[in-house]
Amino acid sequence: MTKNKTMETPVIDVGYVAKLAKLELDPLSMDKFQKDMESIVEYVNLLGELDLKGIEPTAHPFVSSNAWREDVAKESFSRDVMLSNAPDILDDELIRVPQVISGEEDI
Amino acid sequence: MKNNLNKMTLCDVSDLLISGEITSSELCSLYLSRTKKMEPKIQAFLKVDEDEILRQASASDKRRGEGKPLSRFDGIPISLKDVINAKGEQCTCGSKILETYNSVYDATVTERLRNKGLVLFGRNNMDEFAMGSSCENSAYFSTKNPWDISRVPGGSSGGSAAAVSAGEVPASLGSDTGGSVRQPAAFCGVVGLKPTYGRVSRYGLVAYASSLDQIGPITRDVKDSAVLLDIISGCDPKDSTTLPDSKISFEEIVNASGDDLSGLRIGLPKEYFEVDGLDKDIKFSVDKTIEKLKSLGAKMVDVSLPHTKYAIAAYYVIATAEASANLARFDGVRYGKRTEGYNDLNELYSRSRGEGFGEEVKRRILLGTFVLSSGYYDAYYLKAQKVRTLVKNDFDEAFKKCDIIFSPVTPTPAFEIGGITDPVQMYLADIYTISVNLAGNCAISVPADILKESNLPVGVQFLGPAFGEDKILKVAKVFEENRDIKEFIPEVKYV
Repeated sequence: MTKNKTMETPVIDVGYVAKLAKLELDPLSMDKFQKDMESIVEYVNLLGELDLKGIEPTAHPFVSSNAWREDVAKESFSRDVMLSNAPDILDDELIRVPQVISGEEDI
Repeated sequence: MKNNLNKMTLCDVSDLLISGEITSSELCSLYLSRTKKMEPKIQAFLKVDEDEILRQASASDKRRGEGKPLSRFDGIPISLKDVINAKGEQCTCGSKILETYNSVYDATVTERLRNKGLVLFGRNNMDEFAMGSSCENSAYFSTKNPWDISRVPGGSSGGSAAAVSAGEVPASLGSDTGGSVRQPAAFCGVVGLKPTYGRVSRYGLVAYASSLDQIGPITRDVKDSAVLLDIISGCDPKDSTTLPDSKISFEEIVNASGDDLSGLRIGLPKEYFEVDGLDKDIKFSVDKTIEKLKSLGAKMVDVSLPHTKYAIAAYYVIATAEASANLARFDGVRYGKRTEGYNDLNELYSRSRGEGFGEEVKRRILLGTFVLSSGYYDAYYLKAQKVRTLVKNDFDEAFKKCDIIFSPVTPTPAFEIGGITDPVQMYLADIYTISVNLAGNCAISVPADILKESNLPVGVQFLGPAFGEDKILKVAKVFEENRDIKEFIPEVKYV
């Protein structure tokens, strides 16, 4: 194992990452998340010690090819069942969300 | 019988039901009353629906009465970690975001338990979305360790392990992404099995990290672990990563395990015994176990897992990356919590998630999003996947020299509630369990000792190669039969 240069801790912008993750953070908790992320990433930088030239990545424990099944139509869940956990439904058949494209009239 | 509830295994209870000594309704009532007594202190359950349990029990009694039980285990209660779907029941994953969610389908494991007639006995507490090692990350409450209620039961399947340990239920199913079945089993003095990746269907298990997750049994003894593995394992058309059915019965293997380990080569990874922070009492118990295994005929072989040091870092990159993608589905639209106040769709998403997820889940989503984000993918995610290859190769090399590997489960015994607050320190405690998930192998945690001063149980771990459950179950059984301490029953100070 040859020792590579250790990775430098990048500048992390927790606010930006939270936007990417669509995750609203309490402003009072931002500092804590910022510090936690920095310390975790600093720890993870340990990986930079390893020489990984020529090593293939592993995404999955076992190499498997596609597992096919017969393409047979089967009964699936009814609409009622699928909507039973929805927080806001319309006419018993639609999930209501806020307007997506501006300029159209509200329902 | 009533006094022995805390000692009974699935197989013991099965014998009583078959002989007619007890009915399922009587049995479930006994477990219900024990649970009522224990829960104020232990808090292993998020929900126990007495009426539903007794309804299932009475249906089982009817089947037995007609001479048509679905299996030997028809009528025996078993609990599920609240991350495994059971139709009509809650599945909160220990999170506020799923507080009102009701499962509309059975997980494959749930269906298989029902097909054998087992009674679903409540929903066990857990770290939110299986992220944690102490059950302190549950959005509802912390489960307590039955051996010492000031300590954690471990996690993330802490509710399952505590419930079995306290005799509230004879067995439970948990899930193990980085040690979440084995570590709480060790902390609570029960048996925890993490099957080979693909052995058990993940259909209906709410995903944390899909390439690492496996459902595993938490039981009082090794035989029950084999029995449950026989029931829940096997190919499932609903999970394309499942393996073909095992041609062998794990229960038969355990029954025929004998009393002799002659010819067995047990690998001792030198890196595992050099870990900083390996508690001296744990080390002592582990060394004692090695001597016991030798006396049973096993040959100890030195092996090396040189990338052990990097496994935790690789794991927390890979697991959080997968989690950030898997948890994107909780957005307040189709199910789960939706925020009250929003002006547009983006606000609905991010505020629902901000209000619904707890701190550790947020931390892991942030980390996972970061390592997958533009500019950092190669530096972190791809690098971690390459290290995963090295960790896997380490095991492949080691298993050329030995049949199974032996190790501690945890560097310390169960710690105090609130005792570890730094996230990185908490992650480091997963050192002995995490590599198994990265490699996709199997491992079992078995109680080995009880510490003199603290009276806390110590677990040891047998690690097998992929598809090596037969090997580890056999060794675990022989060790269990011959260990110095025969019973691991906590004296729960609940009165």
